[in-house]
Amino acid sequence: MKRLTCLVTVFVLWVGLFWSLDLVVLGAGVFFALLVSTYLSDVFPDRIYMILTPRRWVFFLLYLPYFFYYCLKANVDVALRVIHPDLPIRPGIVKVRTTLKSEMAKTFLANSITLTPGTLTVDIDGDDFYIHWINIYTDDPAKRTAEICGRFEPMLRRIFE
Amino acid sequence: MLENFFYVFIGVGLVFDLFGCIGLVRLPDVYNRAQAATKCVTLGTCMILIGVAGIGFIGANWQMGLKAVICAAFVLLTSPVAAHAICRGAYISGVPLWTGSVEDAFADRAQVIRTQQTTEGSVQSEEAETT
Repeated sequence: MKRLTCLVTVFVLWVGLFWSLDLVVLGAGVFFALLVSTYLSDVFPDRIYMILTPRRWVFFLLYLPYFFYYCLKANVDVALRVIHPDLPIRPGIVKVRTTLKSEMAKTFLANSITLTPGTLTVDIDGDDFYIHWINIYTDDPAKRTAEICGRFEPMLRRIFE
Repeated sequence: MLENFFYVFIGVGLVFDLFGCIGLVRLPDVYNRAQAATKCVTLGTCMILIGVAGIGFIGANWQMGLKAVICAAFVLLTSPVAAHAICRGAYISGVPLWTGSVEDAFADRAQVIRTQQTTEGSVQSEEAETT
């Protein structure tokens, strides 16, 4: 079942990218979809049926602009640091804990962290995130967690759990 | 009119890409450089692609628009993962943090991963020898 959904997803993306219904394109699409779904269906999300819940979609659509706002802020912040003559950075790797449980939610949280203010996920170990932070300004773990994860966790929990 | 709006999008995207490249040159170590490269370049590239998609949709060029949107989604999903893989790999293979860094919480965990990898590697080579 999982392999079949993976196959169909890959095939639809393939046709979308080629934008033609030639027999050659469709044939090659079936071939590559079979190849991908044979080797990579293990890493395909487990509970794909969750995509059918409209509530998750609503929160996902709300999440996108929210995320883009912080993404833009992050970019301006990093750009300013980069062009500043003194290069005002205080980098280091910090450890924070997340309260999210499902793998998919953690993946999205890690990606969101990487794309937002001066932080980059180096590794995930269970609930622990190792974050490279370009400007460490506090030593308080609770404040750090709120700054890095707190922003996205409530929404991601509603979307993916 | 609306088309000009998307041209502005492409222009802003290019500026962000430029900042990403400047960051790549100016920042001190791998990890900081990866920060500049992922953040600025991801947003810059996505904005360029969204601008292209918008122009495509206005001109009723659905093919161009849809392809650009799919590419933007892929860039958004894959570039943080690539940055994570590069940084993790760099740390585990022993690239040091910049001397001005203030904290390093990953050292212990990286040591654990390294020992795991070496034991796995030796187990594999032993297996290869026996077979």
